[in-house]
Amino acid sequence: MFEIFGIPSQALFGQLLIGLINGSFYALLSLGLAVIFGMLNIINFTHGAQYMLGAFIAFFLLHYAGLNYWAALVIAPIVVGLTGILVERVLLQWLYKLDHLYGLLLTFGLALIIEGVFRNFFGSSGLPYRVPDSLQGGQNLGFMFLPNYRAWVIVLSLIVCFATWYLIERTRLGAYLRAATENPTLVRAFGINVPRMITLTYGFGVGLAALAGVMAAPIYNVSPQMGADLIIVVFAVVVIGGMGSIMGAIVTGFGLGIIEGLTKVFFPEASNTVIFVIMAIVLLIRPAGLFGRRT
Amino acid sequence: MNQAVSMHVASQSARSRSETAAFLLMVAFLVVAPSVIYPLFLMKVLCFALFACAFNLLLGYVGLLSFGHALYFGWASYVSAHAAKVWGLTPELAILAGAATATVLGVIAGSLAIRRQGIYFAMITLALAQMMYFFAIQAPFTHGEDGIQAVPRGRLFGLISLADPMAMYAVVVVIFLACFMLIYRIIYSPFGEVLKAIRENEPRAISLGYKTDRYKLVAFVLSATLAGVAGGTKAIVFQLASLTDVYWAMSGEVVLMTLVGGLGTVFGPAVGAFVIIAMQNYLAAFGQWVMVIQGSIFVACVMLFRRGIVGEIANLLRIKL
Amino acid sequence: MKRLLGLAAVIAAIGCMPAKAQYSDGMIKIGVLNDMSGTYADLAGPGSVVAAQMAVEDFGAAAKGMKVEIVGADHQNKPDIGSNVVRQWIDRDQVDVIVDVPTSSVALAVNEIVREKNKVFLISGAAASNLTGDKCSPNTVHWTYDTWSLANGTGNAIVKTGGKTWFFLTADYAFGHALERDTAAVVEKNGGKVLGKVRHPFPATDFSSFLLQAQSSKAQIIGLANAGADTTNAIKQAAEFGIVKGGQNLAALLIFLTDIKALGLQTAQGLVFTEAWYWDMNDANRDFAKKFSERNKGIYPSMVHAGVYSAVMHYLKAVQAAKADADGKVVVAKMKELPTDDKLFGKGTIRADGRKIHPMYLFEVKKPEESKGPWDLYKVRATIPAAEAFRPIAEGGCPLVKG
Repeated sequence: MFEIFGIPSQALFGQLLIGLINGSFYALLSLGLAVIFGMLNIINFTHGAQYMLGAFIAFFLLHYAGLNYWAALVIAPIVVGLTGILVERVLLQWLYKLDHLYGLLLTFGLALIIEGVFRNFFGSSGLPYRVPDSLQGGQNLGFMFLPNYRAWVIVLSLIVCFATWYLIERTRLGAYLRAATENPTLVRAFGINVPRMITLTYGFGVGLAALAGVMAAPIYNVSPQMGADLIIVVFAVVVIGGMGSIMGAIVTGFGLGIIEGLTKVFFPEASNTVIFVIMAIVLLIRPAGLFGRRT
Repeated sequence: MNQAVSMHVASQSARSRSETAAFLLMVAFLVVAPSVIYPLFLMKVLCFALFACAFNLLLGYVGLLSFGHALYFGWASYVSAHAAKVWGLTPELAILAGAATATVLGVIAGSLAIRRQGIYFAMITLALAQMMYFFAIQAPFTHGEDGIQAVPRGRLFGLISLADPMAMYAVVVVIFLACFMLIYRIIYSPFGEVLKAIRENEPRAISLGYKTDRYKLVAFVLSATLAGVAGGTKAIVFQLASLTDVYWAMSGEVVLMTLVGGLGTVFGPAVGAFVIIAMQNYLAAFGQWVMVIQGSIFVACVMLFRRGIVGEIANLLRIKL
Repeated sequence: MKRLLGLAAVIAAIGCMPAKAQYSDGMIKIGVLNDMSGTYADLAGPGSVVAAQMAVEDFGAAAKGMKVEIVGADHQNKPDIGSNVVRQWIDRDQVDVIVDVPTSSVALAVNEIVREKNKVFLISGAAASNLTGDKCSPNTVHWTYDTWSLANGTGNAIVKTGGKTWFFLTADYAFGHALERDTAAVVEKNGGKVLGKVRHPFPATDFSSFLLQAQSSKAQIIGLANAGADTTNAIKQAAEFGIVKGGQNLAALLIFLTDIKALGLQTAQGLVFTEAWYWDMNDANRDFAKKFSERNKGIYPSMVHAGVYSAVMHYLKAVQAAKADADGKVVVAKMKELPTDDKLFGKGTIRADGRKIHPMYLFEVKKPEESKGPWDLYKVRATIPAAEAFRPIAEGGCPLVKG
């Protein structure tokens, strides 16, 4: 890509925007991981599979129930959130007393099960999901042609991220949540049902993953392994941001998407690895992550 | 150090006859097996058994969950394959070259990862391994999706041809047993006792004056190196090094093997490797269900059998294995 | 007796029985190895097993006193899984011939094992032209198509109709590289120019950033040196980003019937590409397609399926003529000696380097209004005669070719 310097702005802005779209998914997913980690102290390896589930539910709704994208955007997160609640009640809650690593292993196993089942029934080549009619077409921005749907993804994920941030950092419910993270016993003493709060938090975090899945369906196709590789990048994002803060997860998600986009312009061979390299550098300089507290 | 030595002496006497008996049983099995079981399958089991034992050294005895051990296994297999095919090294030197690569990678990844604990440690090792996976896709010498194919098995020490499956099998058995005994030795050395102390209570180990980060790093590098020996051997046996060996799913598999066999048991990982490889082999016809079954085993192990097969047996018979 | 049979089965399963008989273990065993669940499952997959069965039935193996058994396995597009399966098939299950094997990386691995074990390898699904070039083997026949023939057909046609400047979107593995290399050579030979290329991981889902690079290269033609879902995704996303509307054209260098079906005529119309076989070209093909689709979940045969049928048919003829199947080199030599002739590919030959020679066709995807049925998708634009369809034997650099 030596010609790129001949027409820098066009390629640069184009790739930046695409980076922002990828960043939207990083942000939504790392946000969910951070919320879950905050309450449960568990790294939810199933997150990628739940993201995939969201996309598949959107696909099922369209093809078997005739419900369109907009309905899926509401229904899929609720359904996946409910399955998440079930998982938490039946399995995860028994592990809180053990080493946190068991939570990681359990959710890893669950991810394998879900991905395997879907691969069995739907192969691994991916199923097409149409962009909703009202978001067809695109805008010519001069430097690139931006499909309307991708613009929508950026806007929606920004809204969801900041709504979540507001909920946790600025509302009464959020205050309970944060307090329960710090000192569950004390919060319980105030008459708040902490286990139920934990369950609902898991459901909410997982629902965020499903929402991202629905949003991804028209872009990436619906395929069983769509979440598996993504989740590892998101882990790196979480390590870079540090899981201490909600805002940290959001900012690093979008920021790394943009950096990845830039890499595609200047050094495309490194675009897959750049996030991991940044992770290594951050670990050397600030082991707790950019926004993290030293543990 | 005194304390470690006394603990060492204590465990010397506790090192029961059951372990010796189990070891002899295993050797006997390895001698008899190839006349009954397909040798290539056995060799695959042994490579993975070694890989799992190396992994267990870290998880079982230091309590560090590395979710990126495919990095050392896979890269060692690439370097061994390259050394045997392109540089024309003899198989034993090729495997050593692979192991040396794993050592270097282990030093780099290890010194980064031990800066964080617990879940972060797992995520960092996973992310670093994934980074090197992408690097393996792009680096020209790995041949990307094709992998390094048609690797010559060559002649051991330039003399004995390994094209004969039984000769190859004998070499793999020797490598496996040598590494197995090395790991056993490490576990019961004073060094190993310090590792266990770190696993049980790291702050306490620090307060006793141990530089735990150094111990952790050495254990990490040892584990990586032995995983590298396993990877290099596999490349020579199967005459192929491919992306599967560096992919994160491979890291997951070795965790599963160790978990199934029994965390922190001497024989567990080998048994786990046998069980998982046999399952993959005989259920291969069921395609993707293998993945579902592996996931279910994971869940079952975490929820119900946290001791693993060997751990449960040992517990039942009240012996050490 | 039943117990004895059971015992025999156990012994066979353990695999200690040496191959001595005329037909090793009295049976010809065909192993169909391909992608049963992934990107290539529709264009090869279980359909290739069906095609092999139909060949065995049409050949009348049972009536001729030959016992033929077909086994199938999924290689998941991974060379290590593929080579593991093949080793076990040959060592333990006495498989005599490996058929199909799409995904060039796996085919290259299988090629080496089959050569080492002296069995037979009939390639229909894989494309890399070095399978009959520097990697050629006396145990291998490359049947249906290869990267050179695709590049030659499509590249020639497009450059001659004015598509002079090219940008390649290449799948990053042996097949993609081979396809890009062969097409670039054809483009440059005809006076065209390659402006650039970008390699994407295999398989990839999001092509947006690669497509933007292709767009900013201002090349007239964006050559898609990939296959399966990668190609269809790239075509769909190119439409989303307005690339075709912006005046650039896509050239799908390898696309199959099932891909066009998945894309739909609305998106795919007007695409020009090269293939070896199409079901709607004559009565024999139509008849085959009808029977085939009834046994393959309604999916019509791709050229890979037809190639499997044709290759298995010719293999059985050669085994019958040679009266033995144990020695792979002997069987393949016999296959090269006998002229090929079957109802799908007609008359043809196999060259010394293992290349099967037959005509190739340049197709164009129909417009939606031209199509009369769900599988009525192509029209023939040109026939590339057998003599010109494949790389001249001297240029391949195959060590089996003397002189």
